Amino acid sequence: MSLLVDIRKQLGQFRLDVSFETGGGVLGILGASGCGKSYTLKCIAGIARPDAGRIVLNGKTLFDSKEKICLPPQKREVGYLFQSYALFPHMTVEQNILCGLHREKDKAERAAVLAELYELLQLRGLEKLRPAQLSGGQAQRAALARILASRPKLLLLDEPFSALDSHLRGKLQMEMKELLSRLGGLVLLVTHSQDEAYHLCQSLAIMDEGKLLTLRGTKQLFADPGSRRASELTGCKNNAAAFKVDGHTVEVPAWGVRLTAAQPVRDGLTAVGVRAHYFDPQTQHNRFPVIFTGDMEEPFEWILQFRFPGQPPDSPSLWWRVPKDRLPNPWPEALGVAPVNVLLYYS
Amino acid sequence: MDWYPLWNSLRIAGVSCVLVYFAGIFAAYYAARLPGAVKGALDVLLTLPMVLPPTVCGYFLLLLFGTKRPLGILLARFGIRLVMTWYGGIAAAFLVSFPLMYRTARGAFESFDETLAQAGKTLGLSNTYIFWRIRMPVCRQGILAGTVLAFARALGEYGATSMLIGYTPGRTATISTTVYQLWRTNDGQGAFRWVMVNLAVSAAVLLAVNLLERRQRERGRRP
Repeated sequence: MSLLVDIRKQLGQFRLDVSFETGGGVLGILGASGCGKSYTLKCIAGIARPDAGRIVLNGKTLFDSKEKICLPPQKREVGYLFQSYALFPHMTVEQNILCGLHREKDKAERAAVLAELYELLQLRGLEKLRPAQLSGGQAQRAALARILASRPKLLLLDEPFSALDSHLRGKLQMEMKELLSRLGGLVLLVTHSQDEAYHLCQSLAIMDEGKLLTLRGTKQLFADPGSRRASELTGCKNNAAAFKVDGHTVEVPAWGVRLTAAQPVRDGLTAVGVRAHYFDPQTQHNRFPVIFTGDMEEPFEWILQFRFPGQPPDSPSLWWRVPKDRLPNPWPEALGVAPVNVLLYYS
Repeated sequence: MDWYPLWNSLRIAGVSCVLVYFAGIFAAYYAARLPGAVKGALDVLLTLPMVLPPTVCGYFLLLLFGTKRPLGILLARFGIRLVMTWYGGIAAAFLVSFPLMYRTARGAFESFDETLAQAGKTLGLSNTYIFWRIRMPVCRQGILAGTVLAFARALGEYGATSMLIGYTPGRTATISTTVYQLWRTNDGQGAFRWVMVNLAVSAAVLLAVNLLERRQRERGRRP
Protein backbone atom coordinates (compact mmCIF):
# COMPACT_ATOMS: atom_id res chain seq x y z
CA MET A 1 0.00 0.00 0.00
CA SER A 2 1.47 3.30 -1.00
CA LEU A 3 0.49 6.64 -2.37
CA LEU A 4 2.86 9.13 -3.91
CA VAL A 5 1.65 12.61 -4.73
CA ASP A 6 3.82 15.29 -6.27
CA ILE A 7 1.75 17.91 -8.06
CA ARG A 8 1.75 21.57 -9.04
CA LYS A 9 -1.10 23.74 -10.19
CA GLN A 10 -1.48 27.47 -10.84
CA LEU A 11 -4.98 28.78 -10.14
CA GLY A 12 -4.95 32.52 -10.82
CA GLN A 13 -2.83 34.02 -8.03
CA PHE A 14 -2.93 30.82 -6.02
CA ARG A 15 -0.17 28.28 -6.42
CA LEU A 16 -0.59 24.68 -5.28
CA ASP A 17 2.65 22.77 -4.79
CA VAL A 18 2.18 19.57 -2.86
CA SER A 19 4.34 16.52 -2.52
CA PHE A 20 4.09 13.69 -0.02
CA GLU A 21 4.22 9.93 0.28
CA THR A 22 2.30 7.64 2.58
CA GLY A 23 2.46 3.94 3.20
CA GLY A 24 -0.88 3.20 4.81
CA GLY A 25 -3.28 4.02 7.60
CA VAL A 26 -5.09 7.31 7.89
CA LEU A 27 -3.16 10.38 6.77
CA GLY A 28 -4.73 13.72 7.59
CA ILE A 29 -4.21 17.04 5.87
CA LEU A 30 -4.97 19.88 8.26
CA GLY A 31 -5.33 23.41 6.94
CA ALA A 32 -7.47 26.53 6.93
CA SER A 33 -10.22 26.76 4.32
CA GLY A 34 -8.89 27.78 0.93
CA CYS A 35 -5.41 26.37 1.52
CA GLY A 36 -5.79 23.92 -1.35
CA LYS A 37 -6.40 20.73 0.59
CA SER A 38 -9.69 19.83 -1.09
CA TYR A 39 -8.20 20.66 -4.47
CA THR A 40 -5.39 18.21 -3.75
CA LEU A 41 -7.98 15.47 -3.16
CA LYS A 42 -9.73 16.40 -6.41
CA CYS A 43 -6.44 16.03 -8.29
CA ILE A 44 -5.89 12.58 -6.79
CA ALA A 45 -9.44 11.49 -7.67
CA GLY A 46 -9.05 12.82 -11.21
CA ILE A 47 -11.81 15.41 -10.96
CA ALA A 48 -9.27 18.23 -11.27
CA ARG A 49 -6.12 18.13 -13.34
CA PRO A 50 -2.76 19.41 -12.08
CA ASP A 51 -0.44 21.33 -14.41
CA ALA A 52 2.51 19.08 -13.71
CA GLY A 53 3.72 16.26 -11.52
CA ARG A 54 2.95 12.66 -10.70
CA ILE A 55 0.40 10.63 -8.74
CA VAL A 56 1.11 6.94 -8.15
CA LEU A 57 -1.18 4.62 -6.18
CA ASN A 58 0.10 1.13 -5.27
CA GLY A 59 2.53 1.23 -8.18
CA LYS A 60 -0.17 2.27 -10.68
CA THR A 61 0.40 5.66 -12.27
CA LEU A 62 -2.77 7.74 -12.11
CA PHE A 63 -1.20 10.91 -13.43
CA ASP A 64 2.18 11.74 -14.92
CA SER A 65 2.64 14.97 -16.84
CA LYS A 66 5.94 13.83 -18.38
CA GLU A 67 4.57 10.50 -19.59
CA LYS A 68 1.31 12.24 -20.58
CA ILE A 69 -0.73 9.87 -18.42
CA CYS A 70 -3.98 11.10 -16.91
CA LEU A 71 -6.40 8.30 -16.07
CA PRO A 72 -10.09 9.26 -15.99
CA PRO A 73 -11.66 9.11 -12.51
CA GLN A 74 -13.51 5.94 -13.57
CA LYS A 75 -10.21 4.04 -13.87
CA ARG A 76 -8.49 5.30 -10.71
CA GLU A 77 -10.15 3.13 -8.07
CA VAL A 78 -10.21 6.07 -5.72
CA GLY A 79 -13.26 6.58 -3.50
CA TYR A 80 -14.24 10.17 -2.73
CA LEU A 81 -16.53 11.09 0.16
CA PHE A 82 -17.76 14.58 -0.65
CA GLN A 83 -18.45 17.19 2.01
CA SER A 84 -22.12 17.14 0.94
CA TYR A 85 -22.01 13.30 0.46
CA ALA A 86 -23.30 13.75 -3.14
CA LEU A 87 -25.94 11.04 -2.87
CA PHE A 88 -28.10 10.91 -6.01
CA PRO A 89 -31.32 12.56 -4.81
CA HIS A 90 -33.66 10.71 -7.18
CA MET A 91 -32.49 7.26 -6.13
CA THR A 92 -33.13 5.24 -2.98
CA VAL A 93 -30.31 4.29 -0.63
CA GLU A 94 -30.22 0.87 -2.25
CA GLN A 95 -30.08 2.27 -5.80
CA ASN A 96 -27.33 4.64 -4.71
CA ILE A 97 -25.24 1.78 -3.32
CA LEU A 98 -25.90 -0.31 -6.43
CA CYS A 99 -24.31 2.53 -8.45
CA GLY A 100 -21.07 1.66 -6.67
CA LEU A 101 -21.64 -2.02 -7.45
CA HIS A 102 -22.36 -1.63 -11.16
CA ARG A 103 -19.26 -3.59 -12.19
CA GLU A 104 -20.50 -6.68 -10.37
CA LYS A 105 -22.66 -8.54 -12.88
CA ASP A 106 -23.47 -11.56 -10.70
CA LYS A 107 -26.82 -11.04 -8.99
CA ALA A 108 -26.17 -13.27 -5.98
CA GLU A 109 -22.79 -11.66 -5.37
CA ARG A 110 -24.39 -8.20 -5.61
CA ALA A 111 -27.00 -9.12 -3.03
CA ALA A 112 -24.31 -10.52 -0.74
CA VAL A 113 -22.22 -7.33 -0.91
CA LEU A 114 -25.33 -5.22 -0.31
CA ALA A 115 -26.22 -7.25 2.78
CA GLU A 116 -22.69 -6.98 4.08
CA LEU A 117 -22.64 -3.20 3.61
CA TYR A 118 -26.06 -2.72 5.24
CA GLU A 119 -24.71 -4.60 8.23
CA LEU A 120 -21.36 -2.83 8.37
CA LEU A 121 -22.85 0.67 8.10
CA GLN A 122 -26.12 0.06 9.99
CA LEU A 123 -28.33 0.87 7.03
CA ARG A 124 -30.97 -1.82 7.67
CA GLY A 125 -34.44 -0.37 7.32
CA LEU A 126 -33.22 2.60 5.29
CA GLU A 127 -32.78 0.75 1.99
CA LYS A 128 -35.88 2.18 0.34
CA LEU A 129 -35.52 5.76 1.57
CA ARG A 130 -34.34 8.66 -0.53
CA PRO A 131 -31.42 10.89 0.53
CA ALA A 132 -33.75 13.77 1.50
CA GLN A 133 -35.35 11.50 4.11
CA LEU A 134 -32.06 10.62 5.82
CA SER A 135 -30.43 12.36 8.78
CA GLY A 136 -26.92 13.75 8.36
CA GLY A 137 -25.31 10.70 9.93
CA GLN A 138 -27.39 8.25 7.91
CA ALA A 139 -26.56 10.11 4.70
CA GLN A 140 -22.88 9.89 5.52
CA ARG A 141 -23.09 6.15 6.16
CA ALA A 142 -25.05 5.62 2.93
CA ALA A 143 -22.44 7.59 0.97
CA LEU A 144 -19.65 5.55 2.57
CA ALA A 145 -21.46 2.30 1.74
CA ARG A 146 -21.77 3.42 -1.88
CA ILE A 147 -18.06 4.15 -2.03
CA LEU A 148 -17.04 0.91 -0.32
CA ALA A 149 -19.23 -1.01 -2.78
CA SER A 150 -16.92 0.15 -5.57
CA ARG A 151 -13.93 -1.36 -3.67
CA PRO A 152 -11.57 1.62 -3.88
CA LYS A 153 -7.83 1.20 -3.28
CA LEU A 154 -7.74 4.63 -1.65
CA LEU A 155 -10.42 6.45 0.31
CA LEU A 156 -10.54 10.24 0.26
CA LEU A 157 -12.57 11.98 2.97
CA ASP A 158 -13.26 15.66 2.32
CA GLU A 159 -14.24 17.42 5.57
CA PRO A 160 -16.48 14.46 6.43
CA PHE A 161 -18.06 16.01 9.52
CA SER A 162 -18.47 19.65 8.52
CA ALA A 163 -22.11 19.20 7.41
CA LEU A 164 -23.17 17.75 10.78
CA ASP A 165 -24.53 19.24 13.99
CA SER A 166 -21.90 19.43 16.69
CA HIS A 167 -23.67 16.96 18.99
CA LEU A 168 -23.64 14.33 16.23
CA ARG A 169 -20.07 14.99 15.27
CA GLY A 170 -18.44 13.30 18.25
CA LYS A 171 -20.51 10.16 17.90
CA LEU A 172 -19.88 9.89 14.19
CA GLN A 173 -16.16 10.45 14.63
CA MET A 174 -16.09 7.47 16.99
CA GLU A 175 -17.97 5.35 14.44
CA MET A 176 -15.73 6.50 11.62
CA LYS A 177 -12.61 5.73 13.64
CA GLU A 178 -13.78 2.20 14.29
CA LEU A 179 -14.85 1.69 10.68
CA LEU A 180 -11.53 2.93 9.32
CA SER A 181 -9.54 0.65 11.61
CA ARG A 182 -11.70 -2.31 10.55
CA LEU A 183 -11.23 -1.55 6.87
CA GLY A 184 -7.50 -1.01 7.07
CA GLY A 185 -6.39 0.34 3.71
CA LEU A 186 -5.22 3.72 2.63
CA VAL A 187 -7.19 6.77 3.74
CA LEU A 188 -6.60 10.46 3.14
CA LEU A 189 -8.65 12.83 5.28
CA VAL A 190 -8.85 16.56 4.80
CA THR A 191 -10.04 18.81 7.60
CA HIS A 192 -9.75 22.25 9.13
CA SER A 193 -10.47 20.91 12.63
CA GLN A 194 -7.49 20.00 14.76
CA ASP A 195 -9.73 17.82 16.96
CA GLU A 196 -10.91 15.76 14.01
CA ALA A 197 -7.36 15.35 12.77
CA TYR A 198 -6.17 14.29 16.23
CA HIS A 199 -9.01 11.78 16.69
CA LEU A 200 -8.79 10.03 13.35
CA CYS A 201 -5.34 10.32 11.81
CA GLN A 202 -2.22 8.31 12.55
CA SER A 203 -0.08 10.77 10.66
CA LEU A 204 -0.77 14.35 9.84
CA ALA A 205 0.38 16.94 7.34
CA ILE A 206 -0.15 20.65 7.78
CA MET A 207 -1.06 22.62 4.69
CA ASP A 208 -0.85 26.37 4.28
CA GLU A 209 -1.32 28.49 1.16
CA GLY A 210 -0.93 25.60 -1.22
CA LYS A 211 2.12 24.06 0.43
CA LEU A 212 2.69 21.22 2.88
CA LEU A 213 4.58 22.41 5.95
CA THR A 214 5.18 19.24 7.93
CA LEU A 215 4.19 15.60 7.80
CA ARG A 216 4.74 13.37 10.81
CA GLY A 217 2.94 11.22 13.39
CA THR A 218 -0.10 13.07 14.68
CA LYS A 219 0.89 13.06 18.37
CA GLN A 220 4.45 13.96 17.51
CA LEU A 221 3.24 16.82 15.34
CA PHE A 222 1.04 18.26 18.08
CA ALA A 223 3.94 17.95 20.57
CA ASP A 224 6.41 19.61 18.21
CA PRO A 225 4.82 21.36 15.22
CA GLY A 226 8.21 22.72 14.09
CA SER A 227 6.98 25.98 12.59
CA ARG A 228 4.87 28.82 13.88
CA ARG A 229 2.22 28.51 11.14
CA ALA A 230 1.91 24.74 11.65
CA SER A 231 1.54 25.32 15.37
CA GLU A 232 -1.17 27.94 14.87
CA LEU A 233 -3.06 25.50 12.65
CA THR A 234 -2.87 22.82 15.34
CA GLY A 235 -4.58 25.34 17.62
CA CYS A 236 -1.69 26.87 19.58
CA LYS A 237 -2.91 30.30 20.74
CA ASN A 238 0.25 31.82 22.28
CA ASN A 239 3.06 32.38 19.81
CA ALA A 240 5.74 35.06 19.70
CA ALA A 241 9.06 35.82 18.04
CA ALA A 242 12.07 34.70 20.11
CA PHE A 243 15.82 34.19 19.93
CA LYS A 244 18.25 31.71 21.37
CA VAL A 245 20.13 32.65 24.53
CA ASP A 246 21.92 29.39 25.28
CA GLY A 247 21.50 25.58 25.10
CA HIS A 248 18.05 25.47 26.68
CA THR A 249 17.03 29.13 27.09
CA VAL A 250 15.16 31.47 24.78
CA GLU A 251 14.35 35.15 25.11
CA VAL A 252 10.83 36.30 24.16
CA PRO A 253 10.81 40.12 23.87
CA ALA A 254 7.08 40.33 23.13
CA TRP A 255 6.33 38.72 26.50
CA GLY A 256 9.27 40.23 28.36
CA VAL A 257 10.41 36.82 29.68
CA ARG A 258 13.10 34.19 29.27
CA LEU A 259 11.87 30.61 28.98
CA THR A 260 13.63 27.32 29.58
CA ALA A 261 12.85 24.58 27.06
CA ALA A 262 13.30 20.84 27.57
CA GLN A 263 14.54 20.37 24.03
CA PRO A 264 17.96 21.76 23.15
CA VAL A 265 17.60 25.10 21.34
CA ARG A 266 19.19 25.04 17.90
CA ASP A 267 20.50 28.02 15.95
CA GLY A 268 17.94 29.54 13.58
CA LEU A 269 15.16 29.59 16.16
CA THR A 270 12.57 32.19 15.11
CA ALA A 271 9.72 31.92 17.61
CA VAL A 272 8.26 29.99 20.50
CA GLY A 273 4.77 28.95 21.55
CA VAL A 274 2.87 27.74 24.61
CA ARG A 275 -0.53 26.07 24.26
CA ALA A 276 -3.30 27.75 26.22
CA HIS A 277 -3.87 24.59 28.28
CA TYR A 278 -0.25 24.31 29.39
CA PHE A 279 0.06 27.22 31.78
CA ASP A 280 0.13 25.85 35.30
CA PRO A 281 -0.30 27.73 38.60
CA GLN A 282 1.54 24.99 40.57
CA THR A 283 4.80 24.51 38.69
CA GLN A 284 7.97 26.38 39.67
CA HIS A 285 9.38 26.17 36.11
CA ASN A 286 9.23 29.27 33.93
CA ARG A 287 7.14 30.92 36.60
CA PHE A 288 6.30 34.62 36.23
CA PRO A 289 3.80 37.01 37.80
CA VAL A 290 0.72 37.67 35.65
CA ILE A 291 -1.96 40.37 35.38
CA PHE A 292 -5.38 39.16 34.22
CA THR A 293 -7.02 41.38 31.58
CA GLY A 294 -10.08 39.46 30.45
CA ASP A 295 -12.12 36.31 30.90
CA MET A 296 -14.58 34.21 28.97
CA GLU A 297 -16.65 31.45 30.49
CA GLU A 298 -17.33 28.15 28.75
CA PRO A 299 -19.50 25.34 30.14
CA PHE A 300 -16.56 23.49 31.70
CA GLU A 301 -13.56 25.75 31.23
CA TRP A 302 -12.41 29.27 31.79
CA ILE A 303 -10.54 31.11 29.08
CA LEU A 304 -8.49 33.79 30.77
CA GLN A 305 -6.46 36.52 29.13
CA PHE A 306 -3.36 37.75 30.90
CA ARG A 307 -0.16 39.79 30.47
CA PHE A 308 3.31 39.53 31.95
CA PRO A 309 4.36 42.77 33.76
CA GLY A 310 7.38 43.20 31.43
CA GLN A 311 5.29 42.87 28.29
CA PRO A 312 5.43 45.82 25.81
CA PRO A 313 2.00 47.53 25.51
CA ASP A 314 1.60 46.74 21.78
CA SER A 315 2.07 43.00 22.24
CA PRO A 316 -1.16 40.97 22.45
CA SER A 317 -2.30 39.33 25.70
CA LEU A 318 -1.82 35.60 26.28
CA TRP A 319 -4.48 32.91 26.69
CA TRP A 320 -4.87 30.39 29.47
CA ARG A 321 -7.52 27.66 29.31
CA VAL A 322 -8.25 25.97 32.59
CA PRO A 323 -10.93 23.47 33.68
CA LYS A 324 -13.25 25.17 36.17
CA ASP A 325 -12.45 22.77 39.01
CA ARG A 326 -8.72 23.49 38.64
CA LEU A 327 -8.84 27.29 38.74
CA PRO A 328 -7.60 28.37 42.22
CA ASN A 329 -9.65 30.92 44.12
CA PRO A 330 -8.46 33.66 44.31
CA TRP A 331 -6.93 33.57 40.81
CA PRO A 332 -3.18 32.87 40.90
CA GLU A 333 -0.68 35.71 40.96
CA ALA A 334 1.86 33.80 38.90
CA LEU A 335 1.78 31.13 36.19
CA GLY A 336 4.47 28.68 35.06
CA VAL A 337 5.09 26.36 32.12
CA ALA A 338 6.83 23.00 32.22
CA PRO A 339 9.93 23.17 29.95
CA VAL A 340 8.62 20.25 27.87
CA ASN A 341 5.64 22.42 26.91
CA VAL A 342 7.68 25.25 25.44
CA LEU A 343 7.35 24.73 21.67
CA LEU A 344 10.31 25.80 19.54
CA TYR A 345 9.76 27.09 15.97
CA TYR A 346 12.42 27.27 13.32
CA SER A 347 10.58 28.81 10.35
CA MET B 1 -66.50 19.47 -39.34
CA ASP B 2 -63.16 18.80 -40.99
CA TRP B 3 -60.65 17.80 -38.26
CA TYR B 4 -57.59 18.14 -40.48
CA PRO B 5 -56.27 21.36 -38.77
CA LEU B 6 -56.26 19.62 -35.35
CA TRP B 7 -54.37 16.62 -36.64
CA ASN B 8 -51.97 18.84 -38.58
CA SER B 9 -51.31 21.11 -35.58
CA LEU B 10 -50.69 18.13 -33.31
CA ARG B 11 -48.25 16.43 -35.66
CA ILE B 12 -46.35 19.66 -36.34
CA ALA B 13 -46.14 20.48 -32.62
CA GLY B 14 -45.34 16.86 -31.73
CA VAL B 15 -42.51 16.39 -34.22
CA SER B 16 -41.01 19.82 -33.57
CA CYS B 17 -41.26 19.20 -29.82
CA VAL B 18 -39.25 15.96 -30.10
CA LEU B 19 -36.62 17.69 -32.25
CA VAL B 20 -36.49 20.71 -29.95
CA TYR B 21 -36.15 18.42 -26.92
CA PHE B 22 -32.92 16.84 -28.15
CA ALA B 23 -31.52 19.94 -29.86
CA GLY B 24 -32.32 22.15 -26.86
CA ILE B 25 -30.77 19.75 -24.35
CA PHE B 26 -27.71 19.28 -26.52
CA ALA B 27 -27.22 23.04 -27.00
CA ALA B 28 -27.91 23.79 -23.32
CA TYR B 29 -25.50 21.13 -22.07
CA TYR B 30 -22.64 22.34 -24.22
CA ALA B 31 -23.40 26.05 -23.83
CA ALA B 32 -23.33 25.66 -20.02
CA ARG B 33 -19.65 24.67 -20.20
CA LEU B 34 -18.40 27.16 -22.80
CA PRO B 35 -16.12 30.07 -21.86
CA GLY B 36 -17.93 33.34 -21.05
CA ALA B 37 -17.54 35.36 -24.28
CA VAL B 38 -18.42 32.51 -26.68
CA LYS B 39 -21.33 31.56 -24.45
CA GLY B 40 -22.70 35.11 -24.51
CA ALA B 41 -22.57 35.34 -28.30
CA LEU B 42 -24.13 31.90 -28.78
CA ASP B 43 -26.76 32.75 -26.23
CA VAL B 44 -27.86 35.83 -28.16
CA LEU B 45 -28.02 33.89 -31.42
CA LEU B 46 -29.99 30.98 -29.96
CA THR B 47 -32.42 33.16 -28.01
CA LEU B 48 -33.07 35.71 -30.77
CA PRO B 49 -36.09 33.86 -32.28
CA MET B 50 -37.84 34.24 -28.91
CA VAL B 51 -37.78 38.03 -29.00
CA LEU B 52 -38.15 38.58 -32.75
CA PRO B 53 -41.70 38.86 -34.13
CA PRO B 54 -42.64 35.44 -35.56
CA THR B 55 -43.24 37.02 -38.96
CA VAL B 56 -39.60 38.12 -39.00
CA CYS B 57 -38.59 34.53 -38.18
CA GLY B 58 -40.80 33.42 -41.08
CA TYR B 59 -39.09 35.97 -43.30
CA PHE B 60 -35.70 34.54 -42.44
CA LEU B 61 -36.95 31.02 -43.07
CA LEU B 62 -38.18 32.07 -46.52
CA LEU B 63 -34.83 33.74 -47.11
CA LEU B 64 -33.08 30.45 -46.34
CA PHE B 65 -35.45 27.82 -47.65
CA GLY B 66 -37.33 29.68 -50.41
CA THR B 67 -37.63 27.62 -53.60
CA LYS B 68 -35.16 29.89 -55.40
CA ARG B 69 -32.68 30.11 -52.49
CA PRO B 70 -29.53 27.94 -52.36
CA LEU B 71 -30.68 25.92 -49.31
CA GLY B 72 -34.14 25.48 -50.79
CA ILE B 73 -32.65 24.31 -54.10
CA LEU B 74 -30.32 21.93 -52.23
CA LEU B 75 -33.21 20.40 -50.23
CA ALA B 76 -35.31 20.16 -53.42
CA ARG B 77 -32.69 17.77 -54.77
CA PHE B 78 -33.66 15.36 -52.00
CA GLY B 79 -37.33 15.96 -52.72
CA ILE B 80 -37.87 18.13 -49.67
CA ARG B 81 -39.72 21.41 -49.97
CA LEU B 82 -40.45 23.46 -46.87
CA VAL B 83 -42.50 26.19 -48.52
CA MET B 84 -46.24 25.55 -48.59
CA THR B 85 -45.96 22.00 -47.15
CA TRP B 86 -47.11 20.70 -43.75
CA TYR B 87 -43.58 19.75 -42.71
CA GLY B 88 -42.43 23.27 -43.43
CA GLY B 89 -44.57 24.00 -40.38
CA ILE B 90 -42.17 21.86 -38.35
CA ALA B 91 -39.29 24.16 -39.32
CA ALA B 92 -41.30 27.23 -38.31
CA ALA B 93 -42.42 25.71 -35.02
CA PHE B 94 -38.90 24.45 -34.29
CA LEU B 95 -37.34 27.88 -34.80
CA VAL B 96 -39.71 29.76 -32.50
CA SER B 97 -39.95 27.12 -29.76
CA PHE B 98 -36.27 26.16 -29.61
CA PRO B 99 -35.21 29.15 -27.41
CA LEU B 100 -37.78 28.20 -24.76
CA MET B 101 -36.37 24.69 -24.42
CA TYR B 102 -32.78 25.87 -24.66
CA ARG B 103 -33.11 28.53 -21.96
CA THR B 104 -35.06 26.47 -19.44
CA ALA B 105 -32.82 23.43 -19.90
CA ARG B 106 -29.72 25.59 -19.56
CA GLY B 107 -31.04 27.07 -16.33
CA ALA B 108 -31.65 23.56 -15.01
CA PHE B 109 -28.18 22.35 -16.02
CA GLU B 110 -26.51 25.39 -14.49
CA SER B 111 -28.12 24.76 -11.12
CA PHE B 112 -27.13 21.08 -11.22
CA ASP B 113 -24.74 20.17 -8.40
CA GLU B 114 -21.58 19.10 -10.25
CA THR B 115 -20.39 17.05 -7.28
CA LEU B 116 -23.09 14.51 -8.21
CA ALA B 117 -21.47 14.00 -11.61
CA GLN B 118 -18.02 13.90 -10.00
CA ALA B 119 -19.19 11.34 -7.46
CA GLY B 120 -20.59 9.24 -10.30
CA LYS B 121 -17.24 9.34 -12.08
CA THR B 122 -15.26 8.26 -9.01
CA LEU B 123 -17.73 5.37 -8.59
CA GLY B 124 -16.79 4.28 -12.10
CA LEU B 125 -20.06 5.19 -13.83
CA SER B 126 -19.72 6.04 -17.52
CA ASN B 127 -20.29 9.61 -18.71
CA THR B 128 -23.30 8.47 -20.76
CA TYR B 129 -24.87 6.84 -17.69
CA ILE B 130 -24.18 9.96 -15.63
CA PHE B 131 -25.84 12.17 -18.24
CA TRP B 132 -29.00 10.13 -18.84
CA ARG B 133 -29.49 8.52 -15.43
CA ILE B 134 -28.25 11.23 -13.07
CA ARG B 135 -28.05 14.66 -14.69
CA MET B 136 -31.30 14.37 -16.65
CA PRO B 137 -33.49 12.96 -13.84
CA VAL B 138 -32.13 15.48 -11.34
CA CYS B 139 -32.86 18.32 -13.79
CA ARG B 140 -36.20 16.82 -14.87
CA GLN B 141 -38.32 19.68 -13.46
CA GLY B 142 -36.63 22.26 -15.66
CA ILE B 143 -36.49 19.99 -18.67
CA LEU B 144 -40.14 19.05 -18.35
CA ALA B 145 -41.09 22.72 -18.04
CA GLY B 146 -39.04 23.54 -21.13
CA THR B 147 -40.62 20.72 -23.13
CA VAL B 148 -44.14 21.78 -22.21
CA LEU B 149 -43.42 25.40 -23.03
CA ALA B 150 -41.92 24.39 -26.36
CA PHE B 151 -44.90 22.17 -27.20
CA ALA B 152 -47.40 24.86 -26.25
CA ARG B 153 -45.52 27.47 -28.24
CA ALA B 154 -45.35 25.18 -31.28
CA LEU B 155 -49.07 24.44 -31.02
CA GLY B 156 -49.94 28.12 -30.96
CA GLU B 157 -47.44 29.15 -33.62
CA TYR B 158 -48.98 31.45 -36.23
CA GLY B 159 -46.70 34.14 -37.66
CA ALA B 160 -43.76 32.17 -39.02
CA THR B 161 -46.07 29.34 -40.06
CA SER B 162 -48.35 31.53 -42.15
CA MET B 163 -45.31 33.16 -43.80
CA LEU B 164 -43.70 29.84 -44.70
CA ILE B 165 -46.58 27.44 -45.39
CA GLY B 166 -49.56 29.72 -45.74
CA TYR B 167 -53.10 28.35 -45.42
CA THR B 168 -54.28 25.57 -47.71
CA PRO B 169 -57.31 23.70 -46.35
CA GLY B 170 -56.56 20.01 -46.02
CA ARG B 171 -52.84 20.49 -46.64
CA THR B 172 -51.16 23.14 -44.52
CA ALA B 173 -54.01 24.44 -42.36
CA THR B 174 -53.30 24.45 -38.62
CA ILE B 175 -55.66 25.42 -35.79
CA SER B 176 -54.29 28.94 -35.51
CA THR B 177 -54.25 29.66 -39.25
CA THR B 178 -57.75 28.18 -39.52
CA VAL B 179 -59.09 30.44 -36.78
CA TYR B 180 -57.73 33.47 -38.58
CA GLN B 181 -58.96 32.31 -41.97
CA LEU B 182 -62.50 31.59 -40.72
CA TRP B 183 -62.68 34.88 -38.86
CA ARG B 184 -61.44 36.75 -41.92
CA THR B 185 -64.12 35.15 -44.09
CA ASN B 186 -66.86 36.14 -41.62
CA ASP B 187 -67.41 32.59 -40.33
CA GLY B 188 -67.58 33.64 -36.66
CA GLN B 189 -69.14 30.37 -35.60
CA GLY B 190 -66.49 28.26 -37.27
CA ALA B 191 -63.75 30.36 -35.69
CA PHE B 192 -65.40 29.92 -32.28
CA ARG B 193 -65.50 26.11 -32.70
CA TRP B 194 -61.75 26.02 -33.40
CA VAL B 195 -61.03 28.35 -30.50
CA MET B 196 -62.80 25.86 -28.24
CA VAL B 197 -60.79 22.99 -29.72
CA ASN B 198 -57.61 24.93 -29.06
CA LEU B 199 -58.65 25.61 -25.44
CA ALA B 200 -59.44 21.92 -24.92
CA VAL B 201 -56.05 20.81 -26.25
CA SER B 202 -54.14 23.35 -24.15
CA ALA B 203 -56.09 22.42 -21.01
CA ALA B 204 -55.40 18.73 -21.64
CA VAL B 205 -51.66 19.41 -21.98
CA LEU B 206 -51.51 21.39 -18.74
CA LEU B 207 -53.58 18.77 -16.90
CA ALA B 208 -51.25 16.01 -18.08
CA VAL B 209 -48.25 17.98 -16.84
CA ASN B 210 -49.83 18.51 -13.43
CA LEU B 211 -50.64 14.82 -13.09
CA LEU B 212 -47.10 13.89 -14.10
CA GLU B 213 -45.62 16.26 -11.55
CA ARG B 214 -47.88 14.99 -8.78
CA ARG B 215 -46.92 11.40 -9.51
CA GLN B 216 -43.24 12.30 -9.28
CA ARG B 217 -43.76 14.15 -6.02
CA GLU B 218 -45.56 11.19 -4.52
CA ARG B 219 -42.80 8.86 -5.58
CA GLY B 220 -40.36 11.00 -3.61
CA ARG B 221 -42.41 10.93 -0.41
CA ARG B 222 -41.69 8.91 2.69
CA PRO B 223 -43.40 5.52 2.32
